[in-house]
Amino acid sequence: MTHVKVLGSGCTNCKVTAQLIADVARAKGVAVTVEKVEDIRDIMAYGVMSTPGVVIDERVVHMGGVPTRAKVEGWID
Amino acid sequence: MNAVIALQKMPHYRPRSFLALSVVLWLVTYKSLAALAEWIVSLLPVTADSRLAGSIEFFLYDAPKVLLLLTGVVMVMGMVNSYFTAERTRALLAGRREGVGNVLAAMLGVVTPFCSCSAVPLFIGFVQAGVPLGITFSFLIAAPMVNEVALTLLFGLFGLRVASLYLGLGLAVAMLAGWVIGRANMESYLEDWVREMPRVQASAGKDELVLADRLDAGFASVREIVGKVWPYVLVGISIGAVIHGYVPENFMARLMGGGSWWSVPLAVLIGVPMYTNAAGIIPIVEALLSKGAALGTVLAFMMSVIALSLPEMIILRKVLKVRLIATFAAVVASGILLVGHLFNAVL
Repeated sequence: MTHVKVLGSGCTNCKVTAQLIADVARAKGVAVTVEKVEDIRDIMAYGVMSTPGVVIDERVVHMGGVPTRAKVEGWID
Repeated sequence: MNAVIALQKMPHYRPRSFLALSVVLWLVTYKSLAALAEWIVSLLPVTADSRLAGSIEFFLYDAPKVLLLLTGVVMVMGMVNSYFTAERTRALLAGRREGVGNVLAAMLGVVTPFCSCSAVPLFIGFVQAGVPLGITFSFLIAAPMVNEVALTLLFGLFGLRVASLYLGLGLAVAMLAGWVIGRANMESYLEDWVREMPRVQASAGKDELVLADRLDAGFASVREIVGKVWPYVLVGISIGAVIHGYVPENFMARLMGGGSWWSVPLAVLIGVPMYTNAAGIIPIVEALLSKGAALGTVLAFMMSVIALSLPEMIILRKVLKVRLIATFAAVVASGILLVGHLFNAVL
């Protein structure tokens, strides 16, 4: 089970990112949990300055803006 | 069909040729807009040289012109942004001396990708890496205020002079306000937990992007930004078209003209509680300007709407104590006032 965290203060782009990851996972039939991390201290703990950031299994894979669908597909196998 | 697929793949396989081809196509289209608008109006059943014809021609020329300009500029800025990530900018600013640092921070604020929802993490990230407080503020003031959308719309609708004045004065406000805040030694007015965050070493990270990636970044910005602002642009230009044809000149001259000392403070006072993006404010700016409001007053109004907003201050309250937020607002507002008056006096 892949655990995905979306870091961001709850802006539209963060919601879009979380939704996109959930959609891609469903389309690929992969079980993932998507968690939204909105507390600023928790976000800073990952060293992310530009949100939304994406953390997969505790590794930061993306920051600053909504990722492309192709990029998301590359994360989820 | 094969041609369509080839064209779609071109940015990835032949990025240079794609870029050259796009520039040529863009220029040819841009240059032929005026003739095209005139031709379409000549086909319509309206009397030539009438008010209605004037308004329609203005709209048919200005709307595609501004949208085309915006698409071009946002595409280029999306590519430029891919060189300046927040991490790289932070590494450039960490440990800078004040003065030079404020100038650099304001200019980096223009080219670094910035979304207002990232203001707080960015602020903490800068402070953690040892970017001085005043320099951090110079960046945070310039980043939303002096942006490519505002500059392009000003250029497209009011010309090069107004756009470059906005650029120069916006940078000046950001540099000066940041410098003053830095002089005031207000580090103790950061929230305690921010000051207790562990220090980090700023590192730029490697830039492994190739031209095709930067083109993709440009496309992404066009989708995101132009996709969001085009309705505002059309509304703005429609208002402009009506004014162009119907409203008498100097309608607003007495209220917001250069003559009265209180017009600039009034404009700033009205501007602060308003919260909208650069594209949303342009229709209002256009309406004010064409009815005879003074340029300095209008630019001051525009800067205060974009740079100072209540929601942003509420977000910043998470990391700053009230006294620092009040100082920030007061310093930036004074800077904008100064700029507005200077402008009205000089022109």
